[in-house]
Amino acid sequence: MNRTHLKTMIRMLSSVPVVPRVSIIGAGAAGFYAAMHLSKNVANIQIDLLEKLPVPFGLIRYGVAPDHPEVKNVINQFTKVAQHPNVNFYGNVTLGKDVSLNQLRQHYDAVLLCYGADEDKALGIENEDAQNIIAARNFVGWYNGFPNDKDLKVDLSGHTMAILGQGNVALDVARILLSPIDELKKTDITEHALEIISESKVKEIYLIGRRGPLQVAFTIKELRELLKLKNCKTLWREQDFKGVSEIVGNLGRPRKRLTELMLKSLQEQNQEGFIADQGLKYFKPIFFRSPIKFLISDKKLSGIKLSCNKLVGDTFDDQRCVPNGEVEELDCSLALRSIGYKSIPVDKELIFTSYGTIANNKGIIIDNSCHSTDLGKLYVAGWLGTGPIGVILHTMGNAFQVAKVMCEDLKILNNSKPKGGFEEIRKIVTEKHNLIVDWHGWEKINRYEIEQGKMKGKPREKICTIQEMLEVAFR
Amino acid sequence: MSLKSIFRTVSNSRSYLLRYKSLGASFSNYRSIVPLSTNIPNLKEEKVKLTFVLYDGKRIETEAKVGDTLLDVVVNNNLNIEGYGACEGTLTCSTCHVILKQEDFDRLPEEASDEERDMLDLAYGLTDTSRLGCQITMTKDLDGLEVQVPETINDARS
Repeated sequence: MNRTHLKTMIRMLSSVPVVPRVSIIGAGAAGFYAAMHLSKNVANIQIDLLEKLPVPFGLIRYGVAPDHPEVKNVINQFTKVAQHPNVNFYGNVTLGKDVSLNQLRQHYDAVLLCYGADEDKALGIENEDAQNIIAARNFVGWYNGFPNDKDLKVDLSGHTMAILGQGNVALDVARILLSPIDELKKTDITEHALEIISESKVKEIYLIGRRGPLQVAFTIKELRELLKLKNCKTLWREQDFKGVSEIVGNLGRPRKRLTELMLKSLQEQNQEGFIADQGLKYFKPIFFRSPIKFLISDKKLSGIKLSCNKLVGDTFDDQRCVPNGEVEELDCSLALRSIGYKSIPVDKELIFTSYGTIANNKGIIIDNSCHSTDLGKLYVAGWLGTGPIGVILHTMGNAFQVAKVMCEDLKILNNSKPKGGFEEIRKIVTEKHNLIVDWHGWEKINRYEIEQGKMKGKPREKICTIQEMLEVAFR
Repeated sequence: MSLKSIFRTVSNSRSYLLRYKSLGASFSNYRSIVPLSTNIPNLKEEKVKLTFVLYDGKRIETEAKVGDTLLDVVVNNNLNIEGYGACEGTLTCSTCHVILKQEDFDRLPEEASDEERDMLDLAYGLTDTSRLGCQITMTKDLDGLEVQVPETINDARS
């Protein structure tokens, strides 16, 4: 041992370094990005990523469409974060079930909540619970292998279906159902979904929005993809675009390019004229329509009653829609509801806003209760704090911002009592079960899924039950 | 990108010669043994200067291989730019957004494709001279290039 080593040893022994302990609840994009920033910027930090499922990556694994494998490349960055010596992953640990928020606060200096938005928003209209009306979220979960959604009943025997909502989830779902099946076979789409979709009789998909083309929530990349889809034609309704070309020049660049793409597609459609072709599928966005009632025959969906809307308000981005008094009926045998997500309260101490997010100030959770100062501070990042909007980039920005605030707080950590961290939490969880999946366990699941995929010529075949995940992880 | 790196490995004549003639030790003199007759591998090895200016004013000065994209440079040199290049250069995110000076923007050999613009439209702080780092390839002409890396957050939103 040389002198430098000796010196370091002495320095280490003479003063006990403070180990700030942070638990992050939810190992999705926000959680990993926050861990990335914290692990780089706080010395000696100990970060524990707690995840309800035995597997990490949240919506990167269960939300990103199977035909978008490139988007999932970010998993490589996250894997590096998880392999950082100061970062640990603990899967199959549920906040509110295996451990309480108060217990986490007792044993950590900071608790960052980023468990996302687990529930879908409902329309709240008549017959919404009838057969063949499905939340797009569950549909996505079904083709992506989310354990809760694997047994979803999906009936694609009808000719016409409707998607309510005009965001990127709506476009993802439409694209998956309109894509040539051979394209899907090459992806990591689940086998059970592939089977049903390959038998699909769906020929036309309506994409229904309550406002106009200037208010669509989907982004241009997703639209461009749909417009380029093989054996699929997009048909717009000319009347929906009244007055749009006059103001398109005044829009900001992103909205302008998106609107121009829609106008260009409409123009091409007018030039080509309508060609009826048995082999073609049709994608039909319609605007200014709100569903007011699902129509049922034989207990099954037969159509949707729509109210026609007009827009009120000065500028296009804060225009609201109001019914103009007319109603319309659209025949369809399947409807997917895709009007957004909301978060669920997992602990009674958390204050939720009316938007379904946790009330916060730059990520610091507003905590009105008079707790003793010994409890770890609470933070929120990702969709749980911002609401379910934006792409990975936006979640990344938000997670970095919150992590930065946490860094400042952790640097002035002056509590005399060191926290126990996961060793204490493990004792609590073990009272319920002894099946905590660490990173090594996930790596086993990962390898197994890739092997299973290889046999079918797919990049991966996901395990779709928690039980099987645990079996593989503890094999 | 992987194809590119395979090609680079195969065509790296210098390291091959170093190994073959066991001249690894005389590294200071290594340039002299690069064969003069080959032109492509030789060009590949050329290095230029490149500076990233972060949103907080911090400057990262680095060397870039001619033929590498800005994203390659960040990855290969292990530069500490947080979250940069999430989709690894597949044009499906905009985390490698950079802002160029007008004159640099104008002299880039290739304009942005529709797909690149689609992704840029989602970036924070989009400007008229914005590009994605994964789409800018370093050339000899670009020696001394300085690009800005904007902040990835929008304070007004959260």
